[in-house]
Amino acid sequence: MLKLVIVNLFRNPLRTFLTMASVTVALFLFCALGGILDTLQESIKVGSESRLVTRNKISLVQWIPMAYRQRIEAVPGVKRVAIQNWFGAQDPADTKGFFAQFAVDDPWYGVYGKDYELVDATPSSAPADIPEGADPRLASYFQEQTACVVGQKLMEKKGWKLGQTINLAGTIYPGTWPFTIRAVYHAKKKSFGDETMFFHYKYLNEKGMGGFGAVGTYVLELNDPSQASAITHAVDSQFENAAPATLTETEQAFQAGFVSMYGNIPFVLRVIGLAIVFSILLIAANTMMTSIRERTSEFGVLKTLGFTDGAVFRMVVIEAAVITLGGGLLGSLGARALVTGASVPGGFFPPMSIYWGTVLTGIAIAVVIGAVSGLVPAVQASRLRIVDALRRVE
Amino acid sequence: MAIPFVYNLRSVTNRPVSTATTAVGIGLTVAIFIGALALAAGFRASLVTTGSPDNAIVLRKGADSEISSGVTLEQVNILKANPAVAVAPTGPPLASAEMVIVVNKERLGQKGSSNVMLRGVDAEAASLRGGITLVAGRMFTPGTDEVIVARRIAGRFAHCNVGDKLRFEQRDFTVVGQFTAKGSAFESEIWGDAAVLMPALHREGYFQTVVFRMKDPAQFDRVKKELEADPRLQVQVRRERAFYAQQSEAFTLLITVIGTFITAIMAVGAVFGAANTMYATIGARTREIAMLSVLGFGSWSIFVSFVVESVIVAVIGGLVGCVLALPMNGITSSTTNFQSFSEMAFQFRVTPQIMGQGLGFAALLGLVGGFFPALQAARQKLTRSLRA
Repeated sequence: MLKLVIVNLFRNPLRTFLTMASVTVALFLFCALGGILDTLQESIKVGSESRLVTRNKISLVQWIPMAYRQRIEAVPGVKRVAIQNWFGAQDPADTKGFFAQFAVDDPWYGVYGKDYELVDATPSSAPADIPEGADPRLASYFQEQTACVVGQKLMEKKGWKLGQTINLAGTIYPGTWPFTIRAVYHAKKKSFGDETMFFHYKYLNEKGMGGFGAVGTYVLELNDPSQASAITHAVDSQFENAAPATLTETEQAFQAGFVSMYGNIPFVLRVIGLAIVFSILLIAANTMMTSIRERTSEFGVLKTLGFTDGAVFRMVVIEAAVITLGGGLLGSLGARALVTGASVPGGFFPPMSIYWGTVLTGIAIAVVIGAVSGLVPAVQASRLRIVDALRRVE
Repeated sequence: MAIPFVYNLRSVTNRPVSTATTAVGIGLTVAIFIGALALAAGFRASLVTTGSPDNAIVLRKGADSEISSGVTLEQVNILKANPAVAVAPTGPPLASAEMVIVVNKERLGQKGSSNVMLRGVDAEAASLRGGITLVAGRMFTPGTDEVIVARRIAGRFAHCNVGDKLRFEQRDFTVVGQFTAKGSAFESEIWGDAAVLMPALHREGYFQTVVFRMKDPAQFDRVKKELEADPRLQVQVRRERAFYAQQSEAFTLLITVIGTFITAIMAVGAVFGAANTMYATIGARTREIAMLSVLGFGSWSIFVSFVVESVIVAVIGGLVGCVLALPMNGITSSTTNFQSFSEMAFQFRVTPQIMGQGLGFAALLGLVGGFFPALQAARQKLTRSLRA
C-alpha cells in the first residue's frame, strides 16, 4: 500500500511540489515569527540570577548619584558593584545605523567576565590592574581613558579596525566623542549580543558631566544568589526616603521589563502566525480535494480489487500527511537554520534565536494540517460505492 | 479575438469551493499585508498629528529626542523674549517650556510595568497645542499637586482615574482630569504644572524642550537660523510636526521591515496555492480548452483568458482580505517607542489607500500565480487534448 502512496505522490509531481512548497513557506514563516518571540525570551536570559540591577525608582532614564555606590557595596552579601550607563551617541556618517553604547567602569569587565571573550586586543606596553574575572588582555584598554571595546559584528558592519579612532556624536551628552578601539569581543552567551560598544565611565563622567557623577544603573554581583531577595530589600530600604529612591531587581527581571515594554506586539505576532496556519490549511485541503476528485474511478478499481474502505481512507490520509510533513520539516528546520543568528533591525534585540520547541510545534502543526486536509477527501473516498465510482468513468 | 470575459466569470462561479479556498488563502495574505501597513500608518499618524504646523520646537544641539534634550531656565527666558514668538491676547508669549520625563508605572490587568511620559508644562501648553479636550474632571490648577491623564492610558496603567493619587518620588499627585488629544502621542502622557513637577522630581531649572507658536510660520527658516546661531543658546530649532514625524521613523521602519518580510513569504505561499488551483482547473478543462482552439481562439487569447481568470479569483481574495482587515481599523494597540523610551498607544488605520494597495497586491499575486498555468493551457496540442 505504501508503494501506492508513493506512486500517487509522483503522479503529478508539479502539484505535489507546489503544495509541499506552500506548506514549507508557511511553516518557515510560522517558525520565524515564533523566533521573534523566542528572541524576546532569550533576551531575558542575559540576566543572571546572581546579579542584581539597581536603578532610579522613577524610571531607568533617571540617574542615581555616584555616592550610592559605597553604600550599596557595604550591604552584606554584595561582592562587587559595577557601573553601566547608557550613552546613546550616533555615528555621524550613519545616523540611522543605531547601535548601543554603554559607559562602564573597570569592575564591570569582571562581573560580566563569563559572558564575553576577547577575539582581538591591542597588546599592552605596561602592566595594568586587572579586575578579578576580566581578561588580562584588556590591559591596554584599562590604561587609556578614551579606549573602547567593540563587538565583533559591529566591527564588521562598520568596517572598523582595531586601533582605529572613531568619532561619535553625542545626543544625551553633546559634542564629538573620539574613541580608540583597543579590544574586540565576541559574546559567549548569545543574548549578550555582538553589536555593542563599551567604554570608560570615567571618560563619560569627566567629558560629559564635568565630574558630576550621575550613574544610570549599578550592577551588583552577589556572593550567594539565594540571598537575592534579602539584598534587594536591604539596598532599596537604604534609599527609601532619599532623593532619589532606588529600585533593585534581579537582572532577569530587569531584562523582562524591556520585553514587557513591547506591549501587545507579541500578541499581534501570534495572531499573524495563526492566520498563516489557517491559510495553508485551506491551500493544502483544496489541493488534496482536487487530487482525490480526479481519481474517483481509480478508487473504484482499488475497491473492486478488494481494498477495504479503511485501507483507502488510510491511503489518502497518509498521502496528505507525507506532503505536509515534508513541507513542515523543510520549513521549520529551514527557518531554524537560516534565521538563527540574523540581526533584527532596531538594535535592541539580541541576534535571532528559534527554540527547538518552536520548531517542533511547527512540525506538529504540519502533521495536523496534513491529517485535517486529508480527512474530508479520505472520508469521501472511503465511503465511495464501487458502482458510483466506476459509473463516473468518462 | 478575445475570449469573452463572461466565460471566465462563469468558470469561476462554477467551482465555488475551489475558488473560495484559493480566494480565502489570498485574502489572508492580503489581510496581513493591510494589517502591517495599517499598523505603521496608525503609529505614524499619531506622531505626525502631535505637531502643529504653526509651532516650532527647540531642543539642545545634538539631541535626537525630547528626553535626551536639555534647556536651562536662562535659555528658556532668552527664547521666550524673542520677537518671533507669537503673543497671546492677554499678554504672555505663546510658548511652553516643558519638562519631559519618563516614569515607570505598573500596568493594569497585565504583569509588569512600563514607561509613561510625564510632561510638566506651562499654562500656555494646552492652548498652544490645540486639540486637547478634557473628557472627565477638569484641568489641573497651576501651582498645585494636580495632574491630568490621557484617557487612552487610563485603561492601561494603575491609579489613573479622576481622584486617584499618583506617586512621583516622595510626593503624591492627584489626578483631576482625563483628556483626549485627537489621537496624537499626547494621548499616552500625563500632564502637570512644570513649576511643581520639576522640584518634586529634582529637575529644578532643567527643561527638555521649548515649544512656541510662530508669529509668522513662513519666517521659520529665518528664525531657525537666528536662534541656532545664538552662542548663548546652543540649540536646534525644528518645525514641531517634522520633529514628531521623525520620532516615528525607527518604529515605522521596524514594522515595515517585519511586515514586508512576512507578506513577501506569505505571498510566495499564496502564489503557489493560486498556481496549484489554476493547474488543477486547467487540467480538468483540457477538452474545453481544445474546444476553444477549434472555435478559432488563438493561443494568445487563451493565455490572456486564463491569466484574467486567475486575477479574478485573486481580486475576490483581495476583497475578502479587505473585509477581514476592516475590523482592525480603530483597534488600539500600544508599544514602546524607543525614540522616547515610553509606551505609546496608537490605532490601526485601514485607509482606502491602503485597501487599494491590498487589492493591487492581490491582483499581482493572481497574475504571477496564473502565468505558468495559463501558458500551459495556451500551449496545449489540439490533437492530444481532444483525445483526452
